[in-house]
Amino acid sequence: MGSSQTIPIAGISLAAVTFAALLLLGIDVVIALAVLTVWVGSLLVAAGRPPDPPKAKTRQRLTIESISDLIENSSIPLVITDRNTIALANNAARRMLGPHVIGQDTRVALRNPEAISLLGDNAQNEAIVRGLVRRGDIWQINRQTIDDRLAMLEFINQTAEADISRAHTDFVANASHELRTPLAAILGYVETLQEGDGSLDAPTARKFLGIIEREAQRLHALVSDLMSLSRVEAEKHDLPTTRIDLAALVERAARDAAGSNRIERLVLDIAAEPVVLGDVQQLEQVVRNLVDNALKYGAADAPVTVELNLAQGDLARIAVQDQGEGIAPEQIPHLTRRFYRTDPGRSRASGGTGLGLAIVKHIVERHRGRLDITSTLGKGTRVVVRLPLAEPEPEAAGSAPDTDQETPREPETEQLS
Amino acid sequence: MAEHTVKAFDEDITRLRGLIAEMGGLAEVAIAESLDALLRGDEVLAEQVVLRDKRMDALEMEVDKLAVRIIALRAPMADDLREVIAALKIAGVLERIGDYSKNIAKRTGMIEGRARFEPLTLLPTMGEVASEMVHDVLTAYAARDPDLAREVIATDAKVDGFYNSIFRNLVSYMVENPSTISSAAQLLFVARNIERIGDHATNVAEMVHFAATGVYPPEGDR
Repeated sequence: MGSSQTIPIAGISLAAVTFAALLLLGIDVVIALAVLTVWVGSLLVAAGRPPDPPKAKTRQRLTIESISDLIENSSIPLVITDRNTIALANNAARRMLGPHVIGQDTRVALRNPEAISLLGDNAQNEAIVRGLVRRGDIWQINRQTIDDRLAMLEFINQTAEADISRAHTDFVANASHELRTPLAAILGYVETLQEGDGSLDAPTARKFLGIIEREAQRLHALVSDLMSLSRVEAEKHDLPTTRIDLAALVERAARDAAGSNRIERLVLDIAAEPVVLGDVQQLEQVVRNLVDNALKYGAADAPVTVELNLAQGDLARIAVQDQGEGIAPEQIPHLTRRFYRTDPGRSRASGGTGLGLAIVKHIVERHRGRLDITSTLGKGTRVVVRLPLAEPEPEAAGSAPDTDQETPREPETEQLS
Repeated sequence: MAEHTVKAFDEDITRLRGLIAEMGGLAEVAIAESLDALLRGDEVLAEQVVLRDKRMDALEMEVDKLAVRIIALRAPMADDLREVIAALKIAGVLERIGDYSKNIAKRTGMIEGRARFEPLTLLPTMGEVASEMVHDVLTAYAARDPDLAREVIATDAKVDGFYNSIFRNLVSYMVENPSTISSAAQLLFVARNIERIGDHATNVAEMVHFAATGVYPPEGDR
């Protein structure tokens, strides 16, 4: 700050004029000088201090327009209220509450009595409101006073959080239930065997041991499925990177799932050799689960067809088709839910964990693929997995196995025996 | 709506709309909470619904006073007049909806053997549809959106359908379980109340349409 700006020229000139006037009035020069010195001195001392920050001015600069610039692009819905009306709503808030709310009474936008408790003179600063925009949504509204007229309302969507925590609780409850059922059977039979003290005949004891083994196997399957599910979920956002020849993988996994005693029912129809980016173990698990389901729930002697071909040019399609009683249409949307079973008794009897399709869905999602289930009651179910093809490798671009130039392998239907 | 030369008039209209919105919010919550109370047998919540209805009545009176004042002092014309008249009528209807909810809440203590009372499970869905109608009609009112108002009018058929099916269901239930007749009869009234709420929401929608466009929606929609 330059010193010339701080010298109060007007004050000093007034003092000088007074000095001259005193002299003209014939007052003693010494007294007049003293007056001048004290006057000018006090002026300089006052001017030396920095001026008070112009508080009122900064207040005024916080106009509606400047606030608008500040908050417009925030992803959190923000509303500025001027007394009882809405002066401003940023983009997110307009999308949430509708563009009509600006200029209206704040109650028009909030409506809910809980939310209205935020307004008025002795208002609270926070409210949790249900069903503000859509039924069942949960919003936390925070109110911050800006000055005696303006206040800001901030809307935080808590719906997703509540959903997640509910889903989590449900999952834990379901999983514990599923784990407890086989455990109860094991404990019961072990107790019976112990209390029998040899009085049980050998065939009965063997039968009991068989049940114990089966239940333990089920427990084992359940725990491994839970582990793979949580592993897939943990990796959900990392794209898999290994280049995989699907033809070999599908054949291997399908045979593996069928095992030696069901292999006659398996019909492989591999019409292409697509390469995808994937995780070998996970894709094998997808095929294994689908083929196992088809063999398990299809008619006992009917064949299960596994197809592999290309769809829409850039997708590999794996389809598993069984012939059986099919699934009712209203159940199809729930099939991929964890622990959902169309027929609980039958699923448990055949050692199902209720997690197979949930795992499939998560793996397919991780591979950015699609899972479609179609079913006709009385005829059978068809599960189709579509996976995006890998980009051809730069050095091997010409020899990519799945391009149109190359003659696709003759569609062959081999009956395995 | 265009601004008026007399700024106080704008303020009055804004305040009127705010009052209507507050009443609507109360009505919406009252429907949901009264059914919740009925379902769970929560008499404390039911009491709250009844108490909150007082606030509705007070708001209605406030709307009446303000509307009369606006008409007397500002002599509104055209869409302004429609707006004020519509607000006056909507306030009456919303108060009525509040009364129906209060009525539902008051029946909370009259249902016996709640846990195994099967017909009880049908009501919440019907209540949700009705409360959604109230919600949407208020959004239509706030946005002066005649299209949304017409959608609300169309939804009423759904509530009527629910009412018919619940009615049949309850009657056959009463025939099979004569011991539950007194509780089931209460539920008939509840279903009836919800059906009336739907009708009233339709009335509000018609008024919203009228306030926004100056004509009532075509008969085919109703």
